[in-house]
This record gives sequence, C-alpha cells and structure tokens, in this order.
Amino acid sequence: MAVIRDVMPAFELYQPSSVADAQKLLEQHGPDAWVLAGGMDSFDWLKDRIKKPKAVVDLSGIEELKGVRGVDDGIEIGAMTTLTEVVNNPIIKQKYDLLAQAAELVASPQIRNQGTLGGNVSQDARCWYYRAGWPCYRAGGNICYADTPQGRNREHAILHADRCVAVNPSDSAPALIALDAKFVIRTPKGERMVDAEDYFIGPDIDITRLHILQPGDLLTAIRIPSAWAGAKFYFEKIRDRNVWDFPLLNVASAMVVSGGTIERVRIAVNGAAARPLRLKAVEDAVRGKRPNAATGEMAGKLAVQGAVPLQFNAYKIPLMRNLVKRAIAGVEEAS
Amino acid sequence: MNLLQWAIDPWGKIVPIHIAWFLIWVAAIAGLLFVIVHAIYVRYFAKPRQFRPDPVPIDPAKIPAYVPRHSLVARAFHWIMAASMFTLLFTAFLPKVGIQFDWVTYHWLAGAVLTVSVVFHIFHASFFLDFWSIWPDKIDLRDAQRRILRFMGKPVPPPERFAKYPLENKLYHGAIIVAGLSVIVTGVFMMSRVRTIFFPRNPYLFSDMSWGMMYVLHGLAGVGLIALIMVHVYFGIRPEKRPITKSMIFGWMSRDFYLEEHDPNRWVIKIPASSQTSTGAKAED
Repeated sequence: MAVIRDVMPAFELYQPSSVADAQKLLEQHGPDAWVLAGGMDSFDWLKDRIKKPKAVVDLSGIEELKGVRGVDDGIEIGAMTTLTEVVNNPIIKQKYDLLAQAAELVASPQIRNQGTLGGNVSQDARCWYYRAGWPCYRAGGNICYADTPQGRNREHAILHADRCVAVNPSDSAPALIALDAKFVIRTPKGERMVDAEDYFIGPDIDITRLHILQPGDLLTAIRIPSAWAGAKFYFEKIRDRNVWDFPLLNVASAMVVSGGTIERVRIAVNGAAARPLRLKAVEDAVRGKRPNAATGEMAGKLAVQGAVPLQFNAYKIPLMRNLVKRAIAGVEEAS
Repeated sequence: MNLLQWAIDPWGKIVPIHIAWFLIWVAAIAGLLFVIVHAIYVRYFAKPRQFRPDPVPIDPAKIPAYVPRHSLVARAFHWIMAASMFTLLFTAFLPKVGIQFDWVTYHWLAGAVLTVSVVFHIFHASFFLDFWSIWPDKIDLRDAQRRILRFMGKPVPPPERFAKYPLENKLYHGAIIVAGLSVIVTGVFMMSRVRTIFFPRNPYLFSDMSWGMMYVLHGLAGVGLIALIMVHVYFGIRPEKRPITKSMIFGWMSRDFYLEEHDPNRWVIKIPASSQTSTGAKAED
C-alpha cells in the first residue's frame, strides 16, 4: 500500500551514548525530534517521506538502555533490548514466559533481531490510510477514511473507536499488561513510572498518538514485578499469515489457580482498539471461579460487550470472544 | 504566517483542514487586551455620561420599584446557552493547548444542547418577545454618531437614554448571532463525522474542500467566541453593569437604574394588571 517515493528526507542525525544526552537532545528539539530505536517502524515512515523530522535521535549507541537485569522485585528490561534477546533470556523464559511467547510471535526472526521491546510497544498504527500519508484524524486532519461504508477496515477497531478506528499493533503490549509491568519514562521534569496499561492512550484522549510519550520524553526501561512470576500464562495471536504478520487480534493472560479456582488473573487483548485493553471486568468476573469452559464462555461474552463492528471486521467479535475464552479455559477445555 | 492548516487529499488536491491553532492564543490575547484597554479607559479617561433630558419629565411613581426585564424562560435560555457555550469552548480548546481528556462526546452533547436552545430562542423571541428590541434602530445609529462626535469634542446634542438594550448589547448580540450560527450550522454537519445518537456517520456528505471550509469556519467562529465571551464576562462583572447582570438572574432591575439608563418612551414597561405584585411587577421578557 505504501508508496516508496524517494530516498529519506534530510535530517540531522544524533547518536548519543547516554540516556542523559539523548534526553537532552529530545528536549532541545521537541516536536521536531524523532526517536529511532530499532528502526523497524521509523524507516517505513522516513522512506515513504510521510514523516519528515528535522532531527533523528538514534538510541542504538546507548548501552544502559540494553539488556535484562534483576532488580529488587523482579526484572528490568532496557527499552533498547532486542526482541530476540527477550525471547532467549533465561530469566524471562523461566519466570515471565508470557512475554517470551509474545515477543517470539512478533514479525520475523530478522525483524526480532533488530526490533526492540521499547520500539514494539511504542510503534505507530498500521492503518494504511494513515500510513499512506492521507490527511486523516490521526495525521492531524479531519476525517477517518477507514470508518466509511467503502473503507477497507477489516483490521480495524471494534472497541473504543473515537473518530479514528486504527488499532495498536503491538504483540508485547498485552503480555506486559498481563504481567503488570511498569514503564520507566525519562521526561524533562525527571523520571516517572507508569503502569503498562496507562502507557497507551486511545483517540478519545489524543488522536495523534498511541502512547503517552510527549516530545522530550524517552521510554528507558520496562520493569516486570515478581508478583506474576511462574503464573499460568496464555498468549495467542491471530494473523493472516502465520509466517509473519501484525496481529488481527491477540490475547495475553496471567493466572494463578489455587484449589482449582482462579485466585488472581490479569488479561489483556490487542488489535481490538487503539490501545491494548486490559479486561478488568473479565478479571473481576472470573476470579474465584473454576477455569473451565463455562467460565471461559462467560468471560468471552463479557469481553466483547459494547463492541461496534465496522463494515468488514465483524469477525473480530467472535474471534475476540473465543480468544478470551481460550485464555481463561485453555485451548483443550475451551474446545 | 499561515492562518489555516492545509493538507493534500487522496486525489492530490490541496485542501484546508482546519484553522492554525495559534489563533486560540490570538483570540484570547485580543480579548484580554480589549478588557485591559477598556478598564484603563473607563478608570482614567472616560467622561461622565450625559443623556438628553426628557422633554416631558417622567413621574417615577408610575414606574414599579422592580422593573421587569427578563422572563424566567428568557433567563433559563441565557444560562443554558452560557453553560453549553463554556462546555463547548473548554472541550474544544483545552485539548489543543495540551490538556488531554475525552472531549468529543461532551462537545457534541453540549453542541446539541446549544442548538436546541438557540432554535427555541429564535422561536420564542420571534413570537413571544419584542423581536425588534434587540436590533439597532435609527435612534441607536444617530446616538452612536453623537457619542463618537462628543468623544472627539464636537458640540453635538447628547444622546437619548437607551431603549431596552443599549447599542453595545445589540451589536454584541449581532456578533454572537454570526459566530453562534456559524458554529451551530457547521457543527450539526460535523456531527455526521462522529458517532452520535443523531445521524448515521457519513463523512462523504461533502467534498474534502467543502468539509475543509466547514472546519475552518467552525474553528474561526469558535476562536471568535473565545474573545466575545471574555468580553461578555468582563462587562457582566463591571460595577456599572451589575444591575443588568443581576436582572439576568432575578429578572428585574431597580427603578433608579431604569430611569438613569433607559428611556421609558423607548422601552415601555408593560405590566398586566393580573401580574401586579406588592413590589412592582413580574418579569416581561
């Protein structure tokens, strides 16, 4: 869909070697700056000449943004840690396998070798009208080309649409929400930490962004607390091409079962709205119940309440219902 | 400096998409400057107002102590319109200056309230109130000329006292009609671009150029309303205007203020016998 027009537009390239320097550069250039992580999303924008930043701040030389480290209560993953490193990290595989499963289903091995966890959660929407440079709401205009009777909206939102119907395409985001991760953000006013689910925003709050980062802000790390280490995890991603593709929908859940009933659970889906959705109502409804087909059925129905399909994406409603059902009951039990 | 934001539509045409958002600050600063300049002028430079003496002296005893000015219905309309207008301005412009919240639903709901209340007002004012009392008449224009000439030191007779509404009120009302109807008419069409309970969505109702012009008009009228409402609130709280503001709350103004500012021949108080009270009269419109 995207039209490769020419070489990338000219910009000043900055390659800081510390977070402090990167943050200073971002603050200095404000809205004119572009944060370059793995480049998997950025180079599409730049080579299509849709986004024309004056300054690109390349984070690849900042060692402190890379790697997985143990912290007091869990682990901290640098925002520039590649998805392959996340997939192969023994601690993540052992204790937080949900994230490893999700990261392993991102795109292709080559892309996972280059793409980063910070980039995966901060990537932009894939709506082709938006990516083609049309003046839609998300691009600052006054129309959504996808939300029309003729619009191609098979991949778009069924929940929480507000003028724009694009969805968040991240696979790791719902896993991080299910693991109750915290995102560490360096801002001009200092460092702050937000819950994973609060990192993402919908068009009702800001139609031009998928996350809360403002010009000058930098996502530096993601912390996963030990509260959900070793829980029963479930991740499933539905896509058109199983070799590599963005999700039509995905679901991630972390569950602690005690005495045959669900003691604690966190569940999130992505691809249904402009932000990954934590299904709080489902969590409340299934707590204390047995993780069986009946509970999964009830959870699935509850999850899709309020869904409004577009012309070509009604299939997402039963799909989401079944994914949530499977996440609660497990594949065998649900079927 | 570009007053509008432009984009290239899918057919390659350059179309406007909305106003440049810095105009919000231009309107706010313009409103603030007007307030400051007017306050300084009134405090330090303005001469006491003079009106032409009445050819036939008015007997104050014939005027009720509480002169009815706005009926309950008219007051209710004013405050409903004010509430919806403030909601519209805050929900429209706070997100543009960095305060992010879920504004769209509140915005179109307030717009619907404003639309209904203005349609009601047009009907009510046309058939149940003195429709022409808010429109400038020949005496207003003549007196405006006299006031300007007197301000410039020319020897002309003083103006007459006002009818029900001073010329400034009438001009302000005119400006609000233009800006208000612009945002309402464009806003009603724009509702077809968002999900509301009123219309099925149809973003292709007009061409991109027509939509763009509509967004521009909506935006220009909207920022115009920022300045207009700042000025309105300022006059509402000025000491010499408080009796008028009070009348918009309680429905009446005092006999003294009425005789001081208004010409009983130009604004005749109609008091139905059945409406007489011990304090004077009920509100009329």
